[in-house]
Amino acid sequence: MTDPIPQTGPLIDIRHLSVPLPRGADRPFAVEDLSLTLNRGEILCVVGETGSGKSLTALSLMGLLPTNLPRPQGEIMFEGRDLLRLSRSERLRLSGRRLAMVFQEPIAALNPIYRVGAQVSEVFRLHTDLKAAEIREKVIELFREVRLPDPEAILRAYPHQLSGGQCQRVMIATALALDPALLIADEPTTALDVTTQAQILKLMLDLRSTHGTGILFITHDFGVVAEIADRVAVMRHGKLVEIGTRDAVLNDPQADYTRQLIAAVPRLAPKTTAAVLGEPVLRAEGLTKTYKTRTLIGASREVAALKGVDVTLRRGETLGLVGESGSGKSTLAQCVIRLVEPDGGEVVIDNGAFTGLTGSALRHARRKVQIVFQDPYTALDPRHAVGDAIAEGPIIHGLPREEAKARALDLIEAVGLERSAARRFPHEFSGGQRQRICIARALAVQPDLLIADESVSALDVSVQAQILELLAQMQKDLQFGLLFITHDLRVASRICDRIAVMQRGVIVEQGPAAELFANPREPYTRELLSAVPGRDWQDRPSQGQQP
Amino acid sequence: MSRPNVITVMASSILVAAVAAAVFGNVFTPHLVTDQALMSRLQPPAFMGGSAEFPLGTDRIGRDMVARLVAGLQMSLSVALAGTLIGAIFGTFVGFLAAHFRGLTEEILMMFVDFQASLPFILIALTLLAFFGNSMVLFVILMGMFGWETYARLARGVVLSARAQPYARAVEALGAGPGRLYLRHILPNVASALIVQVTLTFPQIILLETSLSFLGLGIQPPNTSLGQILGDGRDYLSTAWWISVWPGALIFLITLSMSLLGDALRDRLDPMLKTRTT
Repeated sequence: MTDPIPQTGPLIDIRHLSVPLPRGADRPFAVEDLSLTLNRGEILCVVGETGSGKSLTALSLMGLLPTNLPRPQGEIMFEGRDLLRLSRSERLRLSGRRLAMVFQEPIAALNPIYRVGAQVSEVFRLHTDLKAAEIREKVIELFREVRLPDPEAILRAYPHQLSGGQCQRVMIATALALDPALLIADEPTTALDVTTQAQILKLMLDLRSTHGTGILFITHDFGVVAEIADRVAVMRHGKLVEIGTRDAVLNDPQADYTRQLIAAVPRLAPKTTAAVLGEPVLRAEGLTKTYKTRTLIGASREVAALKGVDVTLRRGETLGLVGESGSGKSTLAQCVIRLVEPDGGEVVIDNGAFTGLTGSALRHARRKVQIVFQDPYTALDPRHAVGDAIAEGPIIHGLPREEAKARALDLIEAVGLERSAARRFPHEFSGGQRQRICIARALAVQPDLLIADESVSALDVSVQAQILELLAQMQKDLQFGLLFITHDLRVASRICDRIAVMQRGVIVEQGPAAELFANPREPYTRELLSAVPGRDWQDRPSQGQQP
Repeated sequence: MSRPNVITVMASSILVAAVAAAVFGNVFTPHLVTDQALMSRLQPPAFMGGSAEFPLGTDRIGRDMVARLVAGLQMSLSVALAGTLIGAIFGTFVGFLAAHFRGLTEEILMMFVDFQASLPFILIALTLLAFFGNSMVLFVILMGMFGWETYARLARGVVLSARAQPYARAVEALGAGPGRLYLRHILPNVASALIVQVTLTFPQIILLETSLSFLGLGIQPPNTSLGQILGDGRDYLSTAWWISVWPGALIFLITLSMSLLGDALRDRLDPMLKTRTT
């Protein structure tokens, strides 16, 4: 810490950074001719969709690029040195001391077999000569600073005993241990629940003001940008599209691409057009489900995922099921569609009992309810051509092969793909296209109820908007009931007629979307709503008209 | 795609040659496997002063080694193939059953698997052969019993993880019955792991068959197998080494090639390794 540090100029100055990709990749450069600066005490958000090169930019700062990539070109000037031309020993001295990084998956970033305290202490053991007792004191102080409850207990805990948010706080504490000048955060809140995310974002803002740390914050979420950024850099296909202050970029974007991206972010405002509602299509009463885990010695642990949940849904209606991880919303969906057997309760679909059916009666009734999963990459059998996958449902339910194929072709067109897609295999399609295929497959059996389980959560925001539109359009045409599960209130507000808020296995509040957003009754609903990052930036007066 | 490496190419060529020799080998020799030429007993191979009539020499009752080896190769390969297929199909079926039913069925099935895995197979084989006497059918079934438990364990594991995949759950939600789910969707997706296992058990079964035949408990005369020829020559090792060395070398080459090919297949099919090479 005795290095002379130049106090003028930007903290980090990236000049013409290019990260080449190996031959045979879909483009020659992952990052191409990127120049940007970050000042002391500034939060710069780098925003972009999948494949924009934002994460590789972060990794090249840390010298953590995958070893199969050719060497990056350009310069990254930091405290008078070029980070791309450091020797290994210089890099080791710098990493963790002057530069630190926080990753997306906090639980994966901690070693599961060591106590949390030992892992944080490691930074001090590597870079300082402090004694064990002094280190311990430092770590407790850090834990207090990142507002971990009961620091002494956490010191002795193992990573699996902490929640995701607590693990991320531990990671941030580790990153801040030696008071680095630059903190690189790669989607640090993406894997966290929205209320936890809000706390972590607030923590980052506080740390920036107390330590004056420059923060390079990688994210795909414009809400997060609105919440914490000083300046924003928008990237696409490895190139810088636009850079400017937060207000300038969010309210008056210059580049078309930025405008499209921002327009695609769903507003946190409930949809107002009332749907034409038909007769009830789903009635679930008193659904309960308890998961039991057995250990080797036979002791069991019980987790009540559902504690007597009632849901009703009518034809043409969209019910949003929102809640944080572990609230039981996915279990509810799986119980409704009977991929998981509920312990108790009753599901009636289209006036026919669905629970209690077994064998071929159950298989026959499965036509009535279909599901679209979160991850479009694993939801399609990689060895079946798309047309066969879509035609499979109708064939199972007795439609002649030729008619089923014809229906599949029509659906492929209806979900916005070329008819020729039928002969191609899932790996030839992008995530958004695959999700379209999954929707076509689900709709091929003409279900009365469609469950969308986080179906747009894994997609980029522009693709997300298209899929939501597709779902709404198909629902209008086919009049099925849609049970839409999401953790994202913006998405829910865009598509749902009614919203049910779940917490710890019960529905704490439900009602028409407009009413629920305008005056939430339950404190938990209020908490969820207020935790949505950048919840009002789209409606600020300075916002102007959106295209 | 990377170029196939030299070892893989050599291993596959050896296997192709071995199969070709088993199928077409008889064109190389005018003698039948049972033809005895008592005047030409224990003749050395042609390159060691023997006659051109018996290029690889003759055995103790003057039978042509070429004809013997071809017949032995036929027997060893077909017994190993049948045994491998029986074990693979049976074991895989058990694994699928366990993964489908879970619960008590799974525990009972897997108990049998553990039971089989904890007994030395050669002892089971010796006991059964001693008890029921030797017949071709029993012997092939015995070969099939070897290694089924590894398929059962493997299949159960890969099926459990494949069933948890969203695509399998989506097919289930479409209303597909278990037959369609397992045969059309899960089996093709887990087949690569099972095929690799086949290449690993095949050489083991060849070795098992040759060991039993060497001990005189396997293939009985007038049928012959590589192991039996090898055993036949054991009394003549100092005077007529060729009786044992030819079949021994064949066994060695075939099992080694099969194992190498299995390794190459595993490297190719392992998704972890695949991502690294692209």
